[in-house]
Amino acid sequence: MSKDEIIILDCILSPFCMRVKIALNEKGVSYESKEEDLFGWKGGKSELLLKSNPIHKKVPVLLHNGNPLNESSNIVTYIDETWPSSSPLLPSSPYERARARFWIDYIDKKVFETGGKIWRSNGDEQEAAKKEFIEILKQLEEALGDNDFFGGERFGIVDVIAIPFSCWFYAFEKVGGFKVEEHCPKLSNWEKRCLLKESVGSVIPSPDMVYGFVSSMRNKLGLE
Amino acid sequence: MAKDEDVKLVGSWTSPFVMRPRIALNIKSVHYDFIQETFGSKSPLLLQSNPVHKKIPVLIHAGKPIAESSIIVEYIDEFWSSAPSILPSDPYDRALARFWASVVDQKFFTPMKASMGAEGEAKKGLMNQAVEAIGLLEEAFGTLSRGKAFFGGDHIGFVDIAFGSFLGWIRVAEISNGMKLIDAAKTPGLDGWAQRFSAHDAVKDVLPDTAKLLEFSKLLAAKLKEKH
Repeated sequence: MSKDEIIILDCILSPFCMRVKIALNEKGVSYESKEEDLFGWKGGKSELLLKSNPIHKKVPVLLHNGNPLNESSNIVTYIDETWPSSSPLLPSSPYERARARFWIDYIDKKVFETGGKIWRSNGDEQEAAKKEFIEILKQLEEALGDNDFFGGERFGIVDVIAIPFSCWFYAFEKVGGFKVEEHCPKLSNWEKRCLLKESVGSVIPSPDMVYGFVSSMRNKLGLE
Repeated sequence: MAKDEDVKLVGSWTSPFVMRPRIALNIKSVHYDFIQETFGSKSPLLLQSNPVHKKIPVLIHAGKPIAESSIIVEYIDEFWSSAPSILPSDPYDRALARFWASVVDQKFFTPMKASMGAEGEAKKGLMNQAVEAIGLLEEAFGTLSRGKAFFGGDHIGFVDIAFGSFLGWIRVAEISNGMKLIDAAKTPGLDGWAQRFSAHDAVKDVLPDTAKLLEFSKLLAAKLKEKH
């Protein structure tokens, strides 16, 4: 049986890249990661990235035997469909799948952008972003309900999509002056539960590392 | 198994996003109750079935609500799984279809919609972005159709539905702005495709009448300008 060649065009701090790595880990599929220079500190984005994702020019890109795939949620779905027998990530019923896709879409539209507004601003703008962010997390906590995971009893696709943001929460909290745990205790417990999984813990960088990056960006933007 | 009478779609004849599940349901020969919203207000049914976004379309199947047009189309394809299929079967082809459907929404629709509430140079810039996106879709049509009638091949597929649902509005924009977005010279692939798509049995009764949509567009443009 020929071996699959799987390469991720990656960025260690990108929650979107983390999703792809977690999904591959869940499936027990090995891959090679190539770190991209997104900010041009060491020569800029690679030729391979620009060729594989010419429209968006973004990470992650998954190259499966040379065939490129873009958009992290799309890639995670592809991984689930390509290796269907190990650890299914999507639920089996059409309605539950639609529900999972709804929350993936919600998370994609709201979480990172609003979190970004917190650290990219100060004063009133930051306050407004912080309030919006907390509302978004409360919405997600409601969707989680009393389940261990968004996937119910088992870690599923919505968990894969959402958990990478947890390492960014500390940065949002420090800059915005709030604590996720105080507003959304169930969500905090869910985070801890997910981070215990080897497939997750081995991929997610420390919150301090993310905060270091955010802090230096705020300096560059003249916000600190 | 739920009966067809248990299928309701909350929407409006003007919305391209609502058109998507209507086409999908037609492809699957599923009868549904079309519950139209009044422009400018949101019904209790809509607010109750889509409390998070409060937007159309919402499919309510056997009492269970499903929101977001592309998600509804995938649900229709999976629940009524007999042929014809809307998404391809191969995972890579499916990923490509989903990718191009999102290009339609992000690169074409977003600037197109913004241009309706804009004027002068700003409007021109946004229209140019929409035109560029159509250029990308012309190329994509060449690749994905593999010489056949639709993005989905012999049958209407996910990308056909995603982009084709905008044809009514594309015609309105062409008339309002005195220009062509899809034409035989610059986008020959899409030009032929648009005609075939519009004439398709699953589409022709749900594609809005251009004159009526043009009238509605004036109401909508006024409302969008109010917000700026």
